[in-house]
Amino acid sequence: MEYFAQQVFNGVTLGSIYALIALGYTMVYGIIGMINFAHGDIFMIGAFIAMIVFLILVSLFYSVPAAVALVVMAIVAMLLTALWSWMIERIAYRPLRGSFRLAPLITAIGVSIMLSNFVQVVQGPRNKPVPPMISQTFEFYGVVVTLKQIVILAVTSVLLGIFWFLVNKTSLGRAQRACEQDPRMAAMLGIDVNRTISLTFILGAALAAVAGTMFVMYYGVISFSSGFIPGVKAFTAAVLGGIGSIQGAVLGGLLIGLIEALWSAYFTVDYKDVAAFSILVFVLIFLPSGLLGKADVEKV
Amino acid sequence: MRKRLVPIMAAAVFAVLGTSAHAEILIGVGAPITGPNAAFGAQILRGAQQAADDINAGGGVNGEQLKIVVGDDVSDPKQGISVANKFVADGVKFVVGHYNSGVSIPVSEVLAENGVLEISPASTNPRYTERGLWNTFRMCGRDDQQGIVAGAYLTKNFKDAKIAVVHDKTPYGQGVADETKKALNGAGVHEVMYEGINPGDVDFSVLIAKMKDAGVTVVYYGGLHTEAGLILRQLADQGLKATVMSDDGTVSTEISSIAGDAIDGFIFTFPPDPRNREAAKGAVDTFRKAGFEPEAYTLYAYASVQVIADAAKAANSTDPATVAEQIKKHGTFHTVLGDRSFNEKGDTTNPDYVVYRWKKGADGKFMYSQI
Repeated sequence: MEYFAQQVFNGVTLGSIYALIALGYTMVYGIIGMINFAHGDIFMIGAFIAMIVFLILVSLFYSVPAAVALVVMAIVAMLLTALWSWMIERIAYRPLRGSFRLAPLITAIGVSIMLSNFVQVVQGPRNKPVPPMISQTFEFYGVVVTLKQIVILAVTSVLLGIFWFLVNKTSLGRAQRACEQDPRMAAMLGIDVNRTISLTFILGAALAAVAGTMFVMYYGVISFSSGFIPGVKAFTAAVLGGIGSIQGAVLGGLLIGLIEALWSAYFTVDYKDVAAFSILVFVLIFLPSGLLGKADVEKV
Repeated sequence: MRKRLVPIMAAAVFAVLGTSAHAEILIGVGAPITGPNAAFGAQILRGAQQAADDINAGGGVNGEQLKIVVGDDVSDPKQGISVANKFVADGVKFVVGHYNSGVSIPVSEVLAENGVLEISPASTNPRYTERGLWNTFRMCGRDDQQGIVAGAYLTKNFKDAKIAVVHDKTPYGQGVADETKKALNGAGVHEVMYEGINPGDVDFSVLIAKMKDAGVTVVYYGGLHTEAGLILRQLADQGLKATVMSDDGTVSTEISSIAGDAIDGFIFTFPPDPRNREAAKGAVDTFRKAGFEPEAYTLYAYASVQVIADAAKAANSTDPATVAEQIKKHGTFHTVLGDRSFNEKGDTTNPDYVVYRWKKGADGKFMYSQI
């Protein structure tokens, strides 16, 4: 039983990082129907910025309380990553809006390759290690919980709370939902559609930056290729939960994390990705729009 | 008349180009210059370059100079193949490389078809020389030799411990892990867990919880230093005090910056430090004077070039097939790694592995030393 609880906890931690990244995929898809394949690399850039901020903090003040360091890292990473994402949307995606469906998809793949190669050139191809920041562990009824995992879960839940409030209770969220339903009608009613789309990219990037900060803190290693696997997993999570649905992205992220953990725990670790993706295939066969996705109704 | 002149002129041009290219012997260095194993790629390139410089300074080979051509395989078999094709197109006759067994094995077939000799300073998978190709050689030992040493060490020191064998599913990592497992099982020790992870994975918490549940106290990992470092770090995070043993793929000081203090007590198999050999003294001094510490595979790459040069001199030929024959029947080569000779398969007949351990030194820094 402790073993099961331990593995569930490990899976939920992993899943909440996926969920934070998945939100970026799902929001962008929801509003402009485009899969932003560069989002995994945006996450990687967020992680790199967090690492650089941490190294600057350490070299300036020698010893920084971990909590302060984390908050500063997360805030700087959110701001700068959001700036990157805004720039990318402005330069690479906006000019293509209204062109044929595949154009933005291909551009996104191009941006993804561009970002990872850029980081490879300026930061070097090697893994960047970050010294361990927090190392306390606790034990509840035989389940070992590290403080890092608690931080990840706490930060994720608080962010999801803020995010839910933003989308459901503010005028920005209302504008977003309006653009999602019908951008032309929204524009006629006085909503600045381009601005709303930019804000969506910024929000997604900020969440990815937080995920990147958590990644650096939790695993302590980052390289230019670190965005790829989490990016693919998070995209899968978004599809599993129903792409376009915000609750779906969170549910999908947690499920992918749990499936990986529980499969590895009770069967062989070798096949954990096979298991996760097979379940995705089965879900999509029976629920083509994902677990919480709305069926696409053709508007006439 | 004019029409007939064109092919003649073309032939003349090619003849001129051909002879000018023959003034130097091209040696291709195929290694991961970028990517996760760039640290090892740098060692191999630096070692081969220095050897070529030293040999050229001594008058070259059969009156010709050695020239190094670099190909970056990024540790990827597909990139390796395109590097090999580029080497062939450039007229490279000898290749020093590659680093990863998973790259060396497919590349050697392309090179064999095109008459290029390949000598790997680092690929330890047995299959590399087991396929009966004429052109494959290696300066390092083989996984089965490494596995025997690792297995014997674990059997001797941890006979009654619960052992987990983990590998990264690559021909190299799984190769070493399987050979170690074979050696353990042969001695009557049976592992409680045998698992494969993905290279590039960062989250091992689930695997570690699984080890904890099975009561594992000794972990054997077949793979490279990035994942090994993360496993060490996460073992410490999860509070599982286990002895971790790994292979020569983890020999890099980078592992200690990934693992942090968790590196303490980490053991691995590697040949006795070639830097301490009498034969290597001159070369090591040259490297250190240039500000480069000839770690790990540097001297292996150096010795690879020496073997090619010596065999070409002895055979008085730069034809790869003749040189390959010469290496096999040559007897003893005096290299920076000491005296080496090769068998029919192209494996060195005098490999030796010993066990090293990471420990905190007097200066508070972690370093590895032979035990």
